[in-house]
Amino acid sequence: MQHSSTAPPRASSRQMRWSNLQRRWAPYVFISPFFVLFLAFGLYPTLFSLYMSFQSWSQTDGWGHWKFVGLENYSFTLTDPMFWRAMYNTLWLGVVSGLPQHLLAIPLAFVIHMGLSRFKTFVSAVYFLPYITSTVAVALIFSTLFSTQKGVINQTIAYLNTLPLFGWFLPDENINWFLNSTIKWGIALVVVWKYTGWNTLLYLSAIQAIPRELYEAASVDGATRWQQFRFVTLPLLRPMMFFAVSLTIIGNMQLFEEPFVLLNGGASSATQGGQTVAMYMFRTAFEWLEMGTAASIAWILFAFIAVLTIINNLAFGRAAQGRGE
Amino acid sequence: MALQAPKPTAGRNLGGSLARLSGYGLLLLGGLVTLAPFYFMFVFATHERSEIFGSPPPLWFGGDLATNYQILLQKIPFWRAYWNNVYLALVVTLCNLFFCSLAGYAFAMYEFRGRNQLFAFVQATLLIPAILNLIPFYLVMTQLDRAMDPLANAFAGTFLGRIHLFDWIDTPKALWLPGMAGAIGIFMMRQYIASAIPRDLIDAARIDGCSEFGIYWRIVLPLVRPVLGTLGLITFIGSWNRFADVAVILRSQETQTLPVVLRTLQGATDVEWGAIMAGTALLVAPLLLLFVFAARQLMEGLTSGALKS
Repeated sequence: MQHSSTAPPRASSRQMRWSNLQRRWAPYVFISPFFVLFLAFGLYPTLFSLYMSFQSWSQTDGWGHWKFVGLENYSFTLTDPMFWRAMYNTLWLGVVSGLPQHLLAIPLAFVIHMGLSRFKTFVSAVYFLPYITSTVAVALIFSTLFSTQKGVINQTIAYLNTLPLFGWFLPDENINWFLNSTIKWGIALVVVWKYTGWNTLLYLSAIQAIPRELYEAASVDGATRWQQFRFVTLPLLRPMMFFAVSLTIIGNMQLFEEPFVLLNGGASSATQGGQTVAMYMFRTAFEWLEMGTAASIAWILFAFIAVLTIINNLAFGRAAQGRGE
Repeated sequence: MALQAPKPTAGRNLGGSLARLSGYGLLLLGGLVTLAPFYFMFVFATHERSEIFGSPPPLWFGGDLATNYQILLQKIPFWRAYWNNVYLALVVTLCNLFFCSLAGYAFAMYEFRGRNQLFAFVQATLLIPAILNLIPFYLVMTQLDRAMDPLANAFAGTFLGRIHLFDWIDTPKALWLPGMAGAIGIFMMRQYIASAIPRDLIDAARIDGCSEFGIYWRIVLPLVRPVLGTLGLITFIGSWNRFADVAVILRSQETQTLPVVLRTLQGATDVEWGAIMAGTALLVAPLLLLFVFAARQLMEGLTSGALKS
């Protein structure tokens, strides 16, 4: 009798201990895949590239034959005119393709939000479409559209030229988009086309979060649409502007696929005019097989991104936080 | 009691509707510019090269789709590359859904030591630029097996000698395995689970004797279906479009994905633009279809709390 009454509690206490143990360790087990993967394929390669940037090594040397060269890779990169040309291109593209995205996206989001009710999702989906499309596909499509002799874009410009008003500010001759001087404009056009919809979506989400009453109060006070946009929407969008501009800076500084495909991998004559730092790094590593130098380029680019992010933070972030609260 | 909305005057009304009209005009023009490249892609896919660059350019579908398709199949292993795309995207997506929801659940519902620090760490990994990783990642994937050769030789004949941990050149696992769990996915899942699933439900299941994994599998997973959909779409699209790392890691045509293989067509002396456009259209089509059916879910998922901190 006594025996049977003590047995169940003992069994259940063992069970309790097991479930307590399970409960204590479960969260660590559940989150471990990410950390294991990150250590192996994220952190390790990153640290490795730091090590590499102080070494001279080419794939033909064989794995064990690393040679410590100190800061040589960095001094080579920082005195290489081609690197600075690529950096100039990258910064130029960053501004010329980055700014219009936001200048277009903010009014677009405002018009979509204020002017449309039923077709809101449909219209913003149309604008979002380029963003989900493969960059390689996009660049290939634009390669045909940009064609010098009979490309659609040149033919459209030529047609618009025959209309009275447009002839004023449009070029008379076909634009050769693949020249050193023009290719940057082509790349910028593709980037603006691809990412404006993404920014529109970001701004739309922020505008939707603005309470309707604010607009109602403004319109009771007699504010026009423009005034509502200027004095209600814009100030409240500042936190999102900070976020979206940060993403644009980080993305544009690493611009690779658009110029790479438009320039046919760097083989064309326009290479110098459209080559970005990321592309230059790629070629240093896989065309000229200078892995150490390429690693130093990556870290210099990283430093530039960090500095720009900090500047953006100082210019925008504090103001955004102040107003956002 | 003078608080009364001023009556809109006729002039303001006219101004308002003018603004409205110009707003619609702007939207329409922007929409046309956005869609035009897609339209030309599909149109060009049905024309041969000489017609694509004719004057005026073809504005309507032609009859050369079959020819372009044939050229495509001749020049590249098209369907093989297509399958590689499908395989990579599906594996990455399924793994991400599982591991990210599991980790997101742990971060949202468990109290454990170091939780906040570990979560901050997850978020911080997002700040590392992808480009920084490309070269060392390539080296790790292609060279480390050679680096481990001495080790393998030392243990030749034993179990240890047969491990080829990093012999991953030209294998798709070099691409999907490192990407099995991502910080964005974990972040999305944690936000959603913390706000949508009541803690009582978890406790009740625990009292009923459900195991910890069982709670996740049988209770949490079915409840996070909406955000699984959004994360699945994002991951699938992102993986479908991968280019730089695939081009670097997968060197043989047998394993390469479609964007990489299509790009090689561009290098030929006589570029078959019609065939390239046919291939591009087939590359983009599944995404367009997916988007038509899931646009609402994707866009709402992206703009709702999920991605905003």
